[in-house]
Amino acid sequence: MSLASEVLTGAVRGGTSILYAGVGESYAESAGVVNLGTEGSMLVGALAAYAVASETNNPWAGALAGLVAGGALALVHAYFVLHRKANQLANGLVVLFLGLGLTSLFGASYVSKPAKSFTPWRIPGLGSLPGVGDILFNHDPLTYLSFLMVPASWWLLTRSRWGLLLRAAGERTEVLASYGHSVRRIQYMAVVLGGTLAGLGGAQLAIAYANAWFENMVQGRGFVAVAVVIFAARQPFKVAAGSYLFGAALALSPALQARGYGINQFALDAIPYVTIVVVLVALGRRRAAEAPEGLKKVFEVSPST
Amino acid sequence: MPPRSRSLSALALALSLTAVAGACGSNTTDTAATPSTGEGGATVDATPGKGSKAVGFIFVGPKDDFGYNQAAFQGSEAVKKAFPDFEVLTAENVPETDDAARVMEGMIDKGAKIIFATSYGHLDPAMKVAAAHPEVVVVQQGNLIKGTVPANAGTYFGTVYEPVYLAGIVAGKQTKSNKLGYVYAFPIPQTISNINAFELGAQSVNPGVQTYVVNTSAWCDPGKQAGAARSLLDQGVDVITQHQDCTGTITKAAEAAGAMVVGYHADASSLAPKGWIAGSEWSWADLYTDIVKTSLAGDFTGSKYNANFREGLKDGQNPFIESKFGPSVGADVKTLVDTAKTRISTSGSPFAGPVVGQDGKTIVAEGTVPDYATIESLMTVFVKGVVGELPKN
Repeated sequence: MSLASEVLTGAVRGGTSILYAGVGESYAESAGVVNLGTEGSMLVGALAAYAVASETNNPWAGALAGLVAGGALALVHAYFVLHRKANQLANGLVVLFLGLGLTSLFGASYVSKPAKSFTPWRIPGLGSLPGVGDILFNHDPLTYLSFLMVPASWWLLTRSRWGLLLRAAGERTEVLASYGHSVRRIQYMAVVLGGTLAGLGGAQLAIAYANAWFENMVQGRGFVAVAVVIFAARQPFKVAAGSYLFGAALALSPALQARGYGINQFALDAIPYVTIVVVLVALGRRRAAEAPEGLKKVFEVSPST
Repeated sequence: MPPRSRSLSALALALSLTAVAGACGSNTTDTAATPSTGEGGATVDATPGKGSKAVGFIFVGPKDDFGYNQAAFQGSEAVKKAFPDFEVLTAENVPETDDAARVMEGMIDKGAKIIFATSYGHLDPAMKVAAAHPEVVVVQQGNLIKGTVPANAGTYFGTVYEPVYLAGIVAGKQTKSNKLGYVYAFPIPQTISNINAFELGAQSVNPGVQTYVVNTSAWCDPGKQAGAARSLLDQGVDVITQHQDCTGTITKAAEAAGAMVVGYHADASSLAPKGWIAGSEWSWADLYTDIVKTSLAGDFTGSKYNANFREGLKDGQNPFIESKFGPSVGADVKTLVDTAKTRISTSGSPFAGPVVGQDGKTIVAEGTVPDYATIESLMTVFVKGVVGELPKN
């Protein structure tokens, strides 16, 4: 396989877990809630998926469990933020550590257990196209599902009435409330939906990509997803582009090494993160201006507000 | 093992550690700086380890990681079996920081006068505990004490690269593409010597064979492992091995792709029933038991364990052993392995000269057989036949 083809294939394969979490976080942030616990939702999703796939021998049951677990952890975030008025950023970190602790505790026995995983399935016809066949049409079912999720989420967020309400909850809380809608209910939905998608991303990592469970196996991908959402301005297609960019940067390192190129490995490892920092700095000011009103309050530290 | 990248889990670990220390019955967790002179300052037998009622083990990871920590835990189980009257205290997920010293202090409070600190990065806290408690034997697994070794401390390890060399022979005979793959974490001497031994073993039976290396910069990041395995397989590698803490992902990826697998740390043949050909794993039972026995008798100081102890095939035993062969390995290959094992056990070494580096410079001259201590200091470059470069700083 050519270097470009290998890196692009790896981009899709390795970027999918980030993509799920990123689109999920786009829902939450559109409704005005930042969830730094996304990493935690991915972790519980990964463990739940692996454990259930191991016990039932059915990866689909595992994916469903990952979805539910991710959503459940996000519900904890939603409760404290929306009901108890906790600080969103601090509470997100608390939720992350909760997820980390719970999965370390309950995951220990699954480290050495096998589980039934998803296997790549080449789509007949499309899969044999030169070039794109390998890159796009020779993947696991959860990756194909993400291809459908992105346009569906775009439509939901930007074209549907429900998406309008969601964005209104983030932008113009008072207007939404004065029209008789429950802002809190909409925000709950957005945060929990975001968590379920992050959980599904964790499931993709555990039972479709890496085929393993290990403590802290998400290794910061959830934070990358949150960063991607910021520079993608909560738009699913841009989130997809950012996730695949990160996936490509991750895939570049082993692809170059396996070809025997003499490169500075540590610099290469830093590329994905440096990319994100550079893009964030470059876009930061503009994006901050475009952020939903509700989100600006989150980042406001001045006591006068 | 060297420190693992676990920045995110730092807080969670700190939290769980409090529980660990509590579970060890430590009610005075901050005694690290207080030299122990026994209850009420009474004179106690200062012979390190003598008359201990308990022995403590600390592990950097979970005890069932299909790898390094699982093997060490099994060693502690063997000690329990050998000394039924003994209390064996174990603590998992002990970070390589001062927190480790607190966990060890807790074990000493419980009566342990023999402590095994089983991870590479546990050395510094272990040395602190040893200095504060001259009556306690503190041994560390895999690192080196620099300078004078205190009377109650030591390090121990196996010669990992010997069984890896033997596994390389199997890989060199079984490969069809003449391309072997090696996924590693960090370029530390132990890893470099493994990679070199693997390639040299393969070369000894198949001069044209090459080992492709990819590093992940993490002891366990299954996502990166999946990418590394994929890249190697895409290059036509048909035998994959690794030096990682968690080994499931790469083993399964190779099996799924129809490639062969050489294991490391533990027998994972159940994950690759078709592709498994050979491997290396730990067997600490005898060494742990002997260290405990020596310490209990009061003979630790001045013994071979009161040093940077390294043990290999030449000593008649090596805590690092060969895993079982896979179904596809024929009798002729097994004979080759046996012959090489005999050679290493008597006069030879995986690194018997001539050994040439990637750049063509001689590392070990012809006719020279380096000893265990020398080998560790030589392993700063890859040998010829390894494809890939060491990360530069």
